[in-house]
Amino acid sequence: MPKQLITLTINGREREVAIEPHWTLLETVREALDLTGSKEGCGTGDCGACTMSVDGRIVTSCLMLAPQANGRQVTTIEGLQSNGSLDPVQQAFIDTGGLQCGFCIPGMIVAARNLIDDNPNPTIDQIREGLAGNLCRCTGYAKIYEAVELAAERIRGGA
Amino acid sequence: MRTFEYKAPETIDEAVSLLKEAGGSARPLAGGTDLVVQLKERATRFPYPATIVSLDRVSELRGIDFSETDGLRLGAGATMTDVAGHPAVRERYAALAQGAGVVGSLQTMNMATIGGNVCNAAPSADTAPPLLVYEAEAVIVGPNGRRTLPIAEFFRGPGETALASDELLAELRLPLPPSGTGAAFQRNTPRKQMDIAVVGVAVALTLSGDTIERARVALGAVAPTPLRATAAEAALQGQTANEETFAKAAAAAVQDSSPISDLRASAEFRRHLVKVMTARLLAEAANRAKGSS
Repeated sequence: MPKQLITLTINGREREVAIEPHWTLLETVREALDLTGSKEGCGTGDCGACTMSVDGRIVTSCLMLAPQANGRQVTTIEGLQSNGSLDPVQQAFIDTGGLQCGFCIPGMIVAARNLIDDNPNPTIDQIREGLAGNLCRCTGYAKIYEAVELAAERIRGGA
Repeated sequence: MRTFEYKAPETIDEAVSLLKEAGGSARPLAGGTDLVVQLKERATRFPYPATIVSLDRVSELRGIDFSETDGLRLGAGATMTDVAGHPAVRERYAALAQGAGVVGSLQTMNMATIGGNVCNAAPSADTAPPLLVYEAEAVIVGPNGRRTLPIAEFFRGPGETALASDELLAELRLPLPPSGTGAAFQRNTPRKQMDIAVVGVAVALTLSGDTIERARVALGAVAPTPLRATAAEAALQGQTANEETFAKAAAAAVQDSSPISDLRASAEFRRHLVKVMTARLLAEAANRAKGSS
């Protein structure tokens, strides 16, 4: 099947990409745009390692077809830092040690940033609910939740 | 995934023409949280599609409108996030807001659509019991125009619906519940989010004082389709809303169900859940009904 062109805005930059219709957004971003921060864990929308924000809402990019992203605004983990400074959520995960192998963390951080943007002062239950679609098989989540609480506190303080 | 041709029509009529032209070899795509998984796993109940007709550019499918005269109109393409967060749904169709609000994770809810949940026709679909108790009507568009069908007749079996291959579910219409109605939905799952219902129950009670004027009970994941529990409804109709009535109706609901044993639960445990959950939800719906009038 011949490739077709789609245009999407990825981390603030408009890009034209040649895709095949059965590619997922995740494959397109990792393989055609060479942004490999987002991971494929399960490939079936269960683990959240591929979480990206599309038009301001988080999605599992392993279940979105590339042509569905045509014309959309996509933000990945690579788009969170600004001018070389990490996003406060990224920094908080480092400061609390909220990771072990790290594979789930890009999706976890994109989901956590979305959660804090919607609710700057989340309770622990709201954090659990907000991250229910992101599985971590190493840490047991305690330090991940701590990282999100710390990030929310810093963002409320103007970080 | 194997490849396919991808079409992105902008109107319902255009989408229906594409489905008709394909003569059964095309599949409509909504949020993709079920269909894309099935394509990846080659686990479709139909031949692998040669064409995918994506509905994501069909803006007329996405609206949600409410009026005091006509009730609720849900475009089939409204996402779970849109449905669960809509003020009129939360206030007037609380059981539906509850059902739509537990589908998968936030990521799932941002992608999955109400029409997709209905058309995937899983016996466990979380929005199905609420749609059944609100007596939703499916508006279906095909090459020969529109037809409507009560939602109870839309579900035909696991993954099977009343839709022909060139028809689309365009919208769901939910009449205004009578005043004095309270409704509630609950599902039982080992995990709170990101899980599939072991049993789902929705009830709607309309009270006049303590008398039950109208009762609707629907069950999910205990039969080949989501279904109305008609014996339970008959046990409630005209009775006094109290624990004894609710216990009788809950026992009748068990008779309405025909669960199987699978990896999620045994048939026996499902029957137990139907009884316990129905009784609890009836009490909750009665409280809501009293609060509403």
